[in-house]
Amino acid sequence: MANSMNITLKVWRQAGPKAKGGFETYVVPEANPHMSFLELLDVLNEQLIKEGKEPVEFDHDCREGICGSCGVVIDGQAHGPQQRTACCQLHMRHYKDGDSIVIEPWRAEGFPIIKDLVVDRTSFDRIIAAGGYISANTGAAQDANSLPIAKADADLAMDFAACIGCGACVAACPNASASLFTAAKIAQLSLLPQGDPERKSRAIAMVDQMEQEGFGDCSNHTECEAVCPKGISVSAITKMRREYMKAVIG
Amino acid sequence: MSLSNVLRSPVGKKFVTGITGLGLVIFVLMHMIGNLSMFSGDDAYNEYAHFLASLGPLLYAVEAGLVLFFLFHAITGVRIWIGKRKARPQGYDMYRSAGSPSLQSSSSRSMAITGIILLVFTVFHLISFKFGPGGPGNGDPAYMTVIDGVEMRNLALLVREKFATTWYTLGYTAIMLLLVVHLRHGVWSALQSLGAMRPSITPAVYTIGGLLGLGIGLGFIAMPLALYLGWI
Ligand code: FES
Repeated sequence: MANSMNITLKVWRQAGPKAKGGFETYVVPEANPHMSFLELLDVLNEQLIKEGKEPVEFDHDCREGICGSCGVVIDGQAHGPQQRTACCQLHMRHYKDGDSIVIEPWRAEGFPIIKDLVVDRTSFDRIIAAGGYISANTGAAQDANSLPIAKADADLAMDFAACIGCGACVAACPNASASLFTAAKIAQLSLLPQGDPERKSRAIAMVDQMEQEGFGDCSNHTECEAVCPKGISVSAITKMRREYMKAVIG
Repeated sequence: MSLSNVLRSPVGKKFVTGITGLGLVIFVLMHMIGNLSMFSGDDAYNEYAHFLASLGPLLYAVEAGLVLFFLFHAITGVRIWIGKRKARPQGYDMYRSAGSPSLQSSSSRSMAITGIILLVFTVFHLISFKFGPGGPGNGDPAYMTVIDGVEMRNLALLVREKFATTWYTLGYTAIMLLLVVHLRHGVWSALQSLGAMRPSITPAVYTIGGLLGLGIGLGFIAMPLALYLGWI
């Protein structure tokens, strides 16, 4: 191919949750600028399969930046060098021929490695299950219009609802804190009348679950906002703190 | 939920570090301004120190509060630091910040270490000055003076002696620079921890917080440096 690129990948390989992992270096001679980052990994895997080696496991689904399945640390940055981009939407045109790239899984106690680059993110499911739901029956689509919500609140709630649960916030946080993920849901539902019945119990239960899952405490580095593919603001965390304090006080 | 559970929760820990941190910022600011009285002469400095000492019970109450603030701030900070080590047992081979809007910096990453150094310094600082010659339980007559007929401690003399030494002045300056580093992240972070921030004001507050820290640090350095250089 005309503009094919030779890319060297240093990839974390780990056979299983308890296995000792390590880096392996591979060369992909047939990469090209039009590929997404995950397609680069697909090409690597085809190479490995042809060589009779185990392909590299990585999570992915939609490949259009909306499902939150994908996520690896690329050259030290969660989802790679381009902000507001899940790694499935990162394209090789951001790299040059001859580049080498280090790929690691999310590293956190709350995200144990299953294999290679795949981590277990069910801790996020348990945080949501602890309180990230509403019990109010909101009816069918047309009923949405019968419960007016101020435009500013609706917009802000939508910003927080944009979380795709990929876990980049945890991966990039120097403390491996899940504050942004947890806070986004608490903040979103605190802005909407539908979230009102569980407003207090939600804040307490979700914060509690976040801690039980072994995530670290927030030190306000705000790295999470910089790597979030949806650009969710740390103002969610501010809101979570206010919601929590209000809930425990009264 | 009991108060101790609340204060131990992830949000509560931030609340504790935030409130105590802001309290300590106010303390170091007042302390720094008090130190500057040396520029008006030794008598002014001694009179200010005497005024504080003469507050009696009020001073003890403030001091007790400060000790509590220091302890809660330090213990919670260390617990956050231990928690962070547990939360990521295996670190990254390569790690880089994604840049703005991240406020991650050498300052934010070194809060525990700068904090511990500042705490240890504070203990030695109290031993040197507050409980030094002429201080409580150490009434050395050589460090007493009489101003306008009132006998009081000649703290200025002790300060002059200490900062006549090169290593002491340099060490003190270095520690105050660490305070600047600590406050660069600390002031903004305390307000964010208390839930007082909005995205629209964050950059301004971060800058003002950093400048406040710089001002406090430079203010602390000014007096010893002027003494050392013989300007006052
Ligand atoms: S694969 Fe769905 S967000 Fe990347």
